[in-house]
Amino acid sequence: MLTMLFEGFDAILLARIQFAFTIAFHFIFPAFTIGLSSYLAVLNGRYLLTKDEVYLRLFKFWIKIFAVSFAMGVVSGITMSYQFGTNWSVFSDRAGPVIGPLMAYEVLTAFFLEAGFLGIMLFGRDRVGAKLHMFACLMVAFGTALSATWILSVNSWMHTPQGHILAENGQFMPVDWMKIIFNPSFPYRLAHTLTAAYLTTAFIVGGVGAWHLLKGRKDNIGVQKMFSMAMWMIAVTAPLQIVLGDLHGINTLEHQPAKVMAMEGHYESHPEGAPLYLFGIPDDETQELKYAVGIPKVSSLILKHDLNAPLAGLDTIPDEDQPPVAIVFWSFRIMVGIGFLMLGVGLLGLWKRFRGRLYESKSLHRAALLMGPSGLVAVLAGWITTEVGRQPYTVYGLMRTSESASPLEAPAVGASLLAFIVVYFFVFGAGVFYILRLMKKPPVLGEEGVGAAAEGPIRTSGITPAQQVKDQTDMDKGRE
Amino acid sequence: MESAAISGMEIVPWLAYAWAGLLAIAVYIYVVLDGFDLGLGILYPFYKKKKDRDLLMNTVAPVWDGNETWLVLGGGGLMAAFPLAYAIIMPALYVPIIAMLLALVFRGVAFEYRWRTKRWLKYWDMAFIGGSIVAAFSQGIALGALLQGIAVDGRAYGGGWWDWLSPFSLLCGVAVVAGYGLLGATWLIMKTGDDVQSRARKLGWGFGLATIGFIGAVSLATPFLDVEYHARWFETPGLFVTIPMPLIIGAISVTLLASLRKDHHEYRPFILSLMLFALCFVGLGISMFPYIIPPSVTILEAATPFRSQIFMFVGACVLIPLILGYTAFAYWVFRGKVDPDEGYH
Repeated sequence: MLTMLFEGFDAILLARIQFAFTIAFHFIFPAFTIGLSSYLAVLNGRYLLTKDEVYLRLFKFWIKIFAVSFAMGVVSGITMSYQFGTNWSVFSDRAGPVIGPLMAYEVLTAFFLEAGFLGIMLFGRDRVGAKLHMFACLMVAFGTALSATWILSVNSWMHTPQGHILAENGQFMPVDWMKIIFNPSFPYRLAHTLTAAYLTTAFIVGGVGAWHLLKGRKDNIGVQKMFSMAMWMIAVTAPLQIVLGDLHGINTLEHQPAKVMAMEGHYESHPEGAPLYLFGIPDDETQELKYAVGIPKVSSLILKHDLNAPLAGLDTIPDEDQPPVAIVFWSFRIMVGIGFLMLGVGLLGLWKRFRGRLYESKSLHRAALLMGPSGLVAVLAGWITTEVGRQPYTVYGLMRTSESASPLEAPAVGASLLAFIVVYFFVFGAGVFYILRLMKKPPVLGEEGVGAAAEGPIRTSGITPAQQVKDQTDMDKGRE
Repeated sequence: MESAAISGMEIVPWLAYAWAGLLAIAVYIYVVLDGFDLGLGILYPFYKKKKDRDLLMNTVAPVWDGNETWLVLGGGGLMAAFPLAYAIIMPALYVPIIAMLLALVFRGVAFEYRWRTKRWLKYWDMAFIGGSIVAAFSQGIALGALLQGIAVDGRAYGGGWWDWLSPFSLLCGVAVVAGYGLLGATWLIMKTGDDVQSRARKLGWGFGLATIGFIGAVSLATPFLDVEYHARWFETPGLFVTIPMPLIIGAISVTLLASLRKDHHEYRPFILSLMLFALCFVGLGISMFPYIIPPSVTILEAATPFRSQIFMFVGACVLIPLILGYTAFAYWVFRGKVDPDEGYH
């Protein structure tokens, strides 16, 4: 049998790969839909205020993409609420009294809100009236952000646990809920992650706009508007995100110094100012950063705001308590590198706008297109940095990953991992394909019979041959 | 240890039982809501025309992910209030749970994907059918596996990864597929007209008969499982429930089957089906109480202390009515028959 394949494997390693795989896939969708739901609410709001058709046009364009992404987020999210129990049952038993209620609050306050109002947002415009429809859009946007808030509180507690005691049966017991929810890393993680979601969406919207501009559709007002809005958003959030990331890093240095040492590649301590390594090959065996290229003292400047501040290295941490340095070191560099490229796009956009060439500049459009999916990469890289960086613990300093897993045999975990990989690549691959196809069609006026009685409880998304012909004609008109 | 020094670290029975009741209600709501939802996938093979299939899906398109959120609440709530039970049940039911999750992925995305493609439409229809059937079947197996008992070792699952597989759990699996088919058919009687509706009536009859038969079979088999259910049902005071229960179920079954034959009864078959499911739930409750994992872990043994449970309980008491309120509103917005000609834009 196929499962024989996994006989010799380590069940815990397989469970870790499975969790990493399923959460990474899942995280992509909320990272996009958190931002997109807010964007849709803004578009709908501006349409109601200005009565300018272009906003409605964009709303109709993006809501189809939102519907597909949201569905993928929902189904991959249901998996997550069971992953804890299936593969990490010991962790669930012990940490459940603390994190369980927070996750249940997430379901009750956020998931139901999103799901309850999503139907009205997608299909209800003509049934409930403009105001209530707008309210539904806001509730969906609010719900997605609220859901991120709860789950990041849970995640942050696992990084910086407080407000609990350890009971005799090994369970973490809540003592002070306010301390648990508002644990030290929570505000930083929340701000950094939510901003990442908005930035990710801005780059996807901007990338789609740039693609249409490069296709010569600069006279399409919808294309112009989405590109312009995205470039404003990037210009504001990209620098903000760098500041927030810096603050989050300083917070991490205080609470999880080993993670920062891994991020920085600091195997040895630097009593008189630590260098900022730009490149190097981390080697955990010999505990050294090979071929290191660094700028002296700059790491101390960034982390301590003092060139000569001493920084401890991994030589102060026992080997068995260290995270795997190479993954953290590199994922951190990918995230930061993308962050600065994003800032570059934001500045370039401002410059071109100032010069009045926002819709003409091919270099800007190429850069924006290339950077379109960069937010997703940065989000995953950042996630890997923080999650691998807190190893070898699930509850930092208190519970090890190696003692968190379910008592399962390797073939069970391996077979399910294989099933997840095959199904996710197939199903979500198809979804991404459909999303790209939706993005490829330019937003057109009168899309989906705006104002016609055709709006109903039915899929906003059905495409009839007649509609396609109409879209094609509109597209051709746009080209003329 | 120091835990004794802090108040609220004891397990409070009324709260633990209230939580168990709340979770039972959440699971019941999930079963009936996603039941008709999954039921449509089970009925899909009986509707061959694309137009009919579009209509079927449109009857639930605005509400399906709200329905599935109750499943997340079931998992999340179990982890919140009874983490020990969650930690034992999930590895014990590893295979059916993973199968259910993957099946829900397929049928969930089908809602969106089938409008996005012509060439692949039939494959996403198959994904919708297969996903719905496998999800329903897995849920039934999970129920059966829980009822037949789970081996526990200390604070962890103590069995192998195929222990759930038995004739009884498979029987429960088929029973749930039939039951969801019935819910789907009676839902369609409410939400559609003409040909689709009259076929739903016929399907409702078939699936209704099958459901009633399986309820009988599962009920007869349950007391003879290797757990103490026998004493529960056939000795006083359980006997006072055992005698009227089949009578009530029988009466509802007859009314349901008769109602399916009456063309002016559009809502009644669905409501009667809900009652049938509710009675099954009461029966399950009688069998299992006070265990949360028969026959090893009781509700009180799995409960977390007062401080943990009360924090969530207060919120749940406020939020669940609110959720029911806006969920009902969403259903009300999309009330009435779905127009088959509205299916395109």
